[in-house]
Amino acid sequence: MTHHYAYYPGCSLLESAVEYDRSVRQVMDVLDAELTEIPDWTCCGASAVESVSRLLTYVLPARNLALVEQLMDVDDILVPCSACYLNLLRVVEDTRHDKKLLAQINEALSVEDLRYTGRAKPRHLLDILINDVGTGAIAARTERDMSGFSAAAYYGCQILRPYPVFDDPRQPRSMHLVLEALGVKPMAWDDEARCCGASLMVTKPEAALASVARILDSASQADAVVTVCPMCQINLEAYQSKAAGYGGPRETVSVVYLPQLMGLAFGCTEDELMLNKNMSLAPRFRAGMRQGWATQGSLEETVVEEA
Amino acid sequence: MRQMTKHQALTITPLPQDSELCELQAMLSRCMQCGTCTASCPNAQAMDLTPRQLWRLVQLGQLDRIFESRTFWMCSSCYTCWLRCPRDVEPTRAMAALKRLAGEHDRASRRKSAFYRAFAGNIRRYGRVQETALMSSYLTSLASPRRALEFTPIGMKMLGKGKLHPPSRAFAGRLELLFRKVDEMEERT
Repeated sequence: MTHHYAYYPGCSLLESAVEYDRSVRQVMDVLDAELTEIPDWTCCGASAVESVSRLLTYVLPARNLALVEQLMDVDDILVPCSACYLNLLRVVEDTRHDKKLLAQINEALSVEDLRYTGRAKPRHLLDILINDVGTGAIAARTERDMSGFSAAAYYGCQILRPYPVFDDPRQPRSMHLVLEALGVKPMAWDDEARCCGASLMVTKPEAALASVARILDSASQADAVVTVCPMCQINLEAYQSKAAGYGGPRETVSVVYLPQLMGLAFGCTEDELMLNKNMSLAPRFRAGMRQGWATQGSLEETVVEEA
Repeated sequence: MRQMTKHQALTITPLPQDSELCELQAMLSRCMQCGTCTASCPNAQAMDLTPRQLWRLVQLGQLDRIFESRTFWMCSSCYTCWLRCPRDVEPTRAMAALKRLAGEHDRASRRKSAFYRAFAGNIRRYGRVQETALMSSYLTSLASPRRALEFTPIGMKMLGKGKLHPPSRAFAGRLELLFRKVDEMEERT
């Protein structure tokens, strides 16, 4: 069955996380889901605007929800970025009982002749994969043998906190289910929903680096950390050498977006998934992309030869 | 004598007439000082006051002591405390409210909110965030060559991956009308 979604990529996915955008589109296409980008969408305020203006925190994401309601014939919006997802969801959750807030939002939106009614529904990528597409369909599209691959499913913060819509925030399972459907082994670990530091990496790097070091260290036994957020991805992949000074592992830990790993399992090419954009892929991961992960023994030999 | 000192320590600073502060105090009046927020916070080690201590100061209205603290600037909005709070206080919301209040009412805090203001300015200017322009305007506002240099390695790495772009003007000014309206509405309250 073909599902149809409004698509809100968010600013990062047009900038430093373009590989996330590309791989989401690629994988959803393989899974027969149709995505239509919201016409004229603008920034949701990310995780920064709440620190400047309470009203903008609601008005910026609400503008995008109103565009969906007024211009599109679907209600469900696929949102791959955690911060965008939370911002859009916060409007839905907080206006449900606060009619004064809803009136304020609509007063602001009236300058653009827009109106938010509560019909549009932001959905995170994981929610759609688990509840609409289903693990059966994901398993059915898997072409490569991924049985030798172990992944550290990293959920991060904002997709299940503070609004746990589609999974248990204390013990999330949704990404584990997707990985198992691909034939990948999810590693057992404790830091799967621990904060990566988010924008503290810019404002207070010493605090964020300690968090990144801890997460990478506890994930370092896996073949890759798998993320569903551009902020988590960049914090975990780009600051590894700095994090080594805070107790992080000395060796490269591979970090990939979930749809990139799904695409590899579906037989998509590295170009289609823009894997050349990733900033930390270990030699072992690169060898696996070319030769497959089913036979670990021969893979290790190859890596040694390359070294 | 001892009582006198104690009394002095509890002197309550007159509060600016701010509806947001009143809302914040009303929410935090539910806090029973159990410390679950502090125990849950991934950034607690980097804070001078614990989150629990901060809520007590909000209850007491000691804004000057709050603004001196770095605690709320160390919140990374991970919502772990919110999830675990047994009294349905929404501590992450309170941290953001304190960042806003400090940015508005405390001169010394203006610089600490520079990143968030640069971010909002970037959205207002470009409609969609332009990361390279955001980072350059933030680092310029810090006026600290040392801090700017710290970002050189990551900048080079991103440049090598083709992740840095000159700002796109495709949506420039698209949100200006909405920002002006929000400014007007916020001045009214």
